[in-house]
Amino acid sequence: MGGLPILSVITFLPLAGALLIAVFRAFAGDKASAAASKPVALIITLAAFVASIMALMQFNPALSGYQLGECAPWFGHNATVCQAGLPADQVKGVAYKLGVDGMALALIILTTFLTPLVILHAFKSVEQRVAEYMIAFLMLETLMIGVFCALDLVLFYAFFEGGLIPMFIIIGVWGGKNKFYAAFKFFLYTLLGSLLLLAALIWMYNAAGTTDVPTLQNYPFAKDVQTWLWLAFFASFAVKLPMFPVHTWLPDAHVEAPTGGSVILAGVLLKMGGYGFLRFSLPMFPDASLLFQPLMFTLSVIAIVYASLVAFRQTDIKKLVAYSSVAHMGFVTLGIFSFNEQGIQGAIYQMLSHGVISAALFFCVGVIYDRMHTREISFYGGLVHRMPIYAALFMLFSMANVGLPGTSGFVGEILTMVGGFQASTWAAAGAALGVILSAVYMLTLYRRTVFGEMTNEKLFDIKDVTMTEFFILGLLAISALVLGVAPALIFDLTKASTVDILHMIGRGAP
Amino acid sequence: MTLMSDLNIAGPDALLAAVGLAGLLLCAIIGDRFAPLMRWLVVIALGVASALAFAQISWGHVDAFGGLYRIAPVTSFAKVVTYGMAAVTTFMSGGALRKQGMDRYEYSLLTVFAAMGAGVMLSANDLMTLYMGIETLSLASYVLAAFQRDSVKSAEAGLKYFVLGALASGLLLYGSSLVYGYTGATNYDDIAKAESSVGLTFGLVLLICGLAFKASAAPFHVWTPDVYEGAPAPTVSFFATAPKIAAVVVLGNVMFHTFPLLQPGWQGIIAIISAASMLIGAFGALMQNNIKRILAYSSINNVGFALIAIAAGQSAGEAAVLVYMTLYVIATLGMFGVVLALRRGGKAVEDIADLNGLFKQKPGVAIGMVLLVFSVAGIPPLAGFFGKYQVFQAGLQANMLWLVLVGAVSSVISLGYYLRIVWAIMVKPQSEPLDRTEWPVATTVLVTGLAVFPVLTIGIQRLLDAAINASGG
Repeated sequence: MGGLPILSVITFLPLAGALLIAVFRAFAGDKASAAASKPVALIITLAAFVASIMALMQFNPALSGYQLGECAPWFGHNATVCQAGLPADQVKGVAYKLGVDGMALALIILTTFLTPLVILHAFKSVEQRVAEYMIAFLMLETLMIGVFCALDLVLFYAFFEGGLIPMFIIIGVWGGKNKFYAAFKFFLYTLLGSLLLLAALIWMYNAAGTTDVPTLQNYPFAKDVQTWLWLAFFASFAVKLPMFPVHTWLPDAHVEAPTGGSVILAGVLLKMGGYGFLRFSLPMFPDASLLFQPLMFTLSVIAIVYASLVAFRQTDIKKLVAYSSVAHMGFVTLGIFSFNEQGIQGAIYQMLSHGVISAALFFCVGVIYDRMHTREISFYGGLVHRMPIYAALFMLFSMANVGLPGTSGFVGEILTMVGGFQASTWAAAGAALGVILSAVYMLTLYRRTVFGEMTNEKLFDIKDVTMTEFFILGLLAISALVLGVAPALIFDLTKASTVDILHMIGRGAP
Repeated sequence: MTLMSDLNIAGPDALLAAVGLAGLLLCAIIGDRFAPLMRWLVVIALGVASALAFAQISWGHVDAFGGLYRIAPVTSFAKVVTYGMAAVTTFMSGGALRKQGMDRYEYSLLTVFAAMGAGVMLSANDLMTLYMGIETLSLASYVLAAFQRDSVKSAEAGLKYFVLGALASGLLLYGSSLVYGYTGATNYDDIAKAESSVGLTFGLVLLICGLAFKASAAPFHVWTPDVYEGAPAPTVSFFATAPKIAAVVVLGNVMFHTFPLLQPGWQGIIAIISAASMLIGAFGALMQNNIKRILAYSSINNVGFALIAIAAGQSAGEAAVLVYMTLYVIATLGMFGVVLALRRGGKAVEDIADLNGLFKQKPGVAIGMVLLVFSVAGIPPLAGFFGKYQVFQAGLQANMLWLVLVGAVSSVISLGYYLRIVWAIMVKPQSEPLDRTEWPVATTVLVTGLAVFPVLTIGIQRLLDAAINASGG
């Protein structure tokens, strides 16, 4: 596989698939294209997954820095950004530059792992505009992978922001009753944050002459400048993550989005915020990051405790899971801003683990929603009598979400808290409270939907999971367990990037 | 300088003048039977003029007619786009003109004169030439706005445009006379040497008012929504593209090259006009349901963005203005193509609800429209994003962070209506079927759609280089 630009292949393979389906859609009728688009989309996304595993094979986790690099000048007068070995002050211009470290690669694999599952799930549960659904998700996959591959701020921004378009359309076309409000809120909220990021990155381009990420990571921005730039980046990533108090778009978007949309939103899109902090905010603005540590801890703890309490009061299952996501993202920011190896490793781990668990939980909600077309908790009850397999799987994911040892949720939470504890006892104590609260709301949810007598007549002939659903949930269950008992798989991969980040903020090992 | 070499320098404009006059003479004899043929001839003439202007970009600065007229790379670049846009709007308007009973030879010839006026005002190097160019453009435009004689709205649009336009011309003339009074010159080069004085500043302000009217910048924007709504769609597709880029580039040109010493004065004025335009353009359209009105507010908003770059000054902003306006008019051209495609039973429909379910019915046109809308909104990776990038960059270089932030906020607000268009196209159930789209319209929409993505996204460097070379950077 010597000369093959593997990252470009992973990134643009789904887009090529989308174009293929679109062309077929243009010439064949609705029905034919719907039938054909399913296997095509599945094969394409599986191919992207295989390609990302191949990238993993080529990747050497022991090395620091970015690997599998690709570069082509994009714009900027007299761009030199792709010439190797230039001193930092002579790097000029904007480039199509890709490259990954362990953290990015892990997130890419998460993306390519979840997307085929979403496509597979859609085989049965999406009935209208099937070909378009596949196209939208394939385009979204390209943009998500691009975000994690991009090593140029403008390129990153293009992927980051471009992802709004397919997600807007996914919520709009396949969404629930109140989709207009949810889709607009999602788009406008995220856009406002992103535009501040854009202004900051243009400012950085004017100052440094380039938007090349490795160059900017070593660029000495003055302290007061860092503060402003950090705040602008914060505006964007905090909305995306989402952090308290700008999290309110998330429950709306989740509730209205179709199951696949929720899975991708919780599984991958939220991670872009945490990824942004780790890739840009910390290395580029180390002084400002230290300065804002107390703010971030405060917001993290508020997010963990407050979102958990709010989750407890929800009557809609999806909203409950959405608020639980906000709480779990609080652990991510807590870990990131503890500035030590445990914290950052834990944050990356928590992102991956939450990607699997929240995706699984949204699939679980999707299973009963497809059957009953309601997400009211009070509607359900006693599901264990009719759906034993479902009950077992849902139990596993609920426990993982609570952070039971042996599941992946545990590793992430314990590490971020250990990291947080070293930086601030109070923050870790607050976060620990959140762990208890997560047990409260998850167990309550589980008890009310799965246990008890089945009193609602409409539920009497509900069927247990189909083969497809069992396959999807089973794969996710295996992932959650494997990650839970063998976390070293991930740690080996992300160790070098963690050390790099710590090195750049000047606090870590050499 | 001989007349021949002068005419050679003014080649594109002279060609259009000749074609226009000869066409008038010919058509006066043979009448409307040859109107379609005339239209094609006009398209070709405008295309040739555009190509001639393109060749002139490399000539550098050359004077003609005793310094009254000057071609410069920047203005030649703008002329290429202006004539090109005029050519394409005429090309795609054929079907609409026929169905609206407007397929008369005067239409194409008025477009030629308007385009020529825009060219003359771009190449003006003297306030008198500037005024002549603007008036040629305006007089032709008033008639074009009122061209649909049996429509009350069209007549109203023409009248409104005329009355307000005359007022703006008056302001422009008054400003010119003040400038002349305090500098003793009408030639740009001589004015540029003059020291700042109160009278000169007054003249400058009045000039800005007149030019801002032509560019439909706030607070001189009031005519825009009414004229866009009332005038027939083919006319508006022309108004929104060719004269728009010309007016903005002329405004920049006059600021940069005629009043360089007064820069601290006009920078603030332009910045305020820019902020006002962006906000009015963003808020104004939120409650509109007519697509043409929405596009009118969108154009006010976008002119505001271009003015950020003018406010940033020549070195930072001249290339950015060209890039921004070029990308904007390309996308606008396509969006008006979609407006032209909206007819039901031969009648033009222009409510946002008439776009409902367009994706089901005309997937190609619908996807084109979605790309164009997101491009104008400045969402990456579509080409319009790079325009916003360039003007923001210019603004930040000139330390105008507040203006950039106003721009950022206004683009979030304007997304409120851009997203409604996308929503109608993609999400809403289909309303009654629309007529077949004519091939020139469909081609224009698809080509402009492909231009904003992916052609110009990948090849943006070409456009940037061209603009930077033209502005001598």
